[in-house]
Amino acid sequence: MNEKKPEKKSAKPPKEMVKLTVDGREVEVEKGSYVLHAAEKLGIKIPTLCYYKHVEPYAACRVCTVEIKRGNKIRYVTACNYPAENGLEVITYNDRIRTIRKLIVEFLLARCSKVKILRDLASELGITESPYGMGEEGCILCGLCVRVCNEVVGAKAIAFAGRGIDREVTTPFKVDSERCIGCGSCAKVCPTGYIKVASTEEDKIVHRDITLGPNTAIYVPTMQAVPNKPVIDTTSCIYFRNGKCKICAKICPTEAIDLEMKGETKEIDVGSIIVATGYQLFDSHKTMQYGYGRFDNVVTSLEFERMNCAAGSTNGKILLANGEEPKSIGIIHCIGSRDLNYHEYCSRVCCMYALKFAHLVKEKTGAEVYDFYIDMRSFGKGYEEFYNRLLEEGVRFIRGKAAQVSNEPIYPEEEGKLVIRCEDTLMARVRRIPVDMVVLCSAIEARTDAPAVARLLTLCHSKDGFFAEKHPKLAPVSTAIDGIYIAGCCQGPKDIPDTVAQASAAAAQAMSLAAKGAIEIEAAISEIDKDRCTGCRICNDLCPYHAIDFIAADKVSKINEALCKGCGTCTAACPCGAIAAKQFKDSQIMAEIEGVIS
Amino acid sequence: MLFSLSRVTCYVSRKVNMAFEPKILGIFCNWCSYTGADLAGTTRIKYAPNMRIVRVMCSGRVDPQFILKAFKDGADGVLVAGCHPGDCHYIEGNYKTMGRIPILKQMLTQFGIEPERFRLEWISASEGDRVAEVVNEMTAQVRKLGPLSWKSATDTKDFK
Repeated sequence: MNEKKPEKKSAKPPKEMVKLTVDGREVEVEKGSYVLHAAEKLGIKIPTLCYYKHVEPYAACRVCTVEIKRGNKIRYVTACNYPAENGLEVITYNDRIRTIRKLIVEFLLARCSKVKILRDLASELGITESPYGMGEEGCILCGLCVRVCNEVVGAKAIAFAGRGIDREVTTPFKVDSERCIGCGSCAKVCPTGYIKVASTEEDKIVHRDITLGPNTAIYVPTMQAVPNKPVIDTTSCIYFRNGKCKICAKICPTEAIDLEMKGETKEIDVGSIIVATGYQLFDSHKTMQYGYGRFDNVVTSLEFERMNCAAGSTNGKILLANGEEPKSIGIIHCIGSRDLNYHEYCSRVCCMYALKFAHLVKEKTGAEVYDFYIDMRSFGKGYEEFYNRLLEEGVRFIRGKAAQVSNEPIYPEEEGKLVIRCEDTLMARVRRIPVDMVVLCSAIEARTDAPAVARLLTLCHSKDGFFAEKHPKLAPVSTAIDGIYIAGCCQGPKDIPDTVAQASAAAAQAMSLAAKGAIEIEAAISEIDKDRCTGCRICNDLCPYHAIDFIAADKVSKINEALCKGCGTCTAACPCGAIAAKQFKDSQIMAEIEGVIS
Repeated sequence: MLFSLSRVTCYVSRKVNMAFEPKILGIFCNWCSYTGADLAGTTRIKYAPNMRIVRVMCSGRVDPQFILKAFKDGADGVLVAGCHPGDCHYIEGNYKTMGRIPILKQMLTQFGIEPERFRLEWISASEGDRVAEVVNEMTAQVRKLGPLSWKSATDTKDFK
């Protein structure tokens, strides 16, 4: 594959450097940086509250005050916005600075004594109570949100308003601002958590504590993604919305991010195609009786899997939406599968992953696990043994499809819990099981774009949408078209070992096709007589194998012998009889008819 | 009068042969209907012998010319059989048949050929009994209609 690498930006002109001394150590920094950067370069830490690398320093909090000496003049300045100069002597910590810092923190506590980062700073300095009072404000007026909104995002939706005790961060005239693009950068940069992103429609906090998806517009899809590189979601990226930010490109040390990059369409000629377009999960919102989308603690199998992943948002801990550990979990099988209302087929993998979930829950939390199944389909190597192991681990298996998940308690033990109403066919009773969390084993279904892909490649698909193999037993990876193979869940629900086996088979067949160097053509194919063809092109679109091309130079159509299967449809349609179906020519069939009828 | 035995039989057989037996042409697609007819044979299903079958690879191969030729040559009925829609071995050949045959049927009706003489059926490879059913039904219908006699009506030296 020939990829055009972006041209490397031209080498920067050498920057002017300044030399200064911090805590007795010499350091050289670029001209234009601040004392704080010089200290950082030496590894000396100066505390800050209102400093953020990607916005202009504001020096609102004054916590980074240091002592500087120029000549023999001593002054106390804020390190974050005092420019580094040649010959400057900086002391970052001594008794005087400690006194100053204490005073500053006491002043800040007088306004915001409940703010965590301030309390942490205070305890470092040995302050427990401020003599100026202990205020209850949540905003420390650091101005980070304002600066980010103005400089990085460019929306300019919030700013400081008022003076003195009335100073606050707000929108113009304190009404909802249309300029806010809902990017959440202010909430992200706020050091105290005072700013939250909320939805105007439902007055609900949108930025939940537990998110099961990416948190930023640029993200690596998963820790195990191949290639393990970040992608940018252009619908939420600020650059694509209003042209600002570009922080990712600025900080990337290898300048690997090119925000100007556009998508390319390439045309590649290939000999065989392997279709492995996968599946999608059944939309569990459809089965409303299980409360997915209505109750916070009802999740699909894929969401639960992501939660369990050590690289996920909870670092692998199983947690409820409010951050607590669940005491009981219900796993309901066959959501959307084995269901005449949705999909009649069985999704094959759910029973086994439900057992896996049950095992993980027992291992990680020791919570009660209730498994609601119709049949236990443990068909593979070691699968039945695993099921038996779970029986011994104390997982409670209830044979009966769960009918409903409700949050309306009838009995006292159901208060605050989700109640699963089910039929226990082995006990011949209807039961109500209260649990903290419900995991739905949602069906594997064909993707909604599968018919479009099928049309593109002339693949057949069954009525449930999965692509049709040439023969269910003898040709599971081939299709009606030679050279196009299918593998994986696009052909039908299957688990990983089966997918790998099928993929290997498809790859082997594709390779053998290429390795042969020659292919066998059907003998009974159609042929166009160049001299009779008028170029009407009626036959071109008739061929289901796209075997007929129009040769513009000769103004006639031509059949690709390797693709033609000899059905004869084009032959019957040709208005001037230019096409001959070998072995089944018009003259041959006419002769047969004459023979049998006479 | 003494007739020789052969003459007596000759008279008798001609009298028996006065009953009309229709000649029906069947154009069957190789993968579904022809295989279905084969199955009818291997399972020893008895059905009317009036159908003479010609095999094509796909019902989409059927050119209206074949049907016209059949009638011209003396067929009293024509049956075109293919795979069920959606099951065509060549994916969509039978959809084309589905488009062509009804139009031809309208045209033939204008020629004076009754619609019962020309039939399109979908028969799958496992439907041997259906083949027998259709053939029996069609033979009975055409027998009732009588001979078409298109051959004699149109026979001129110019026709080939």
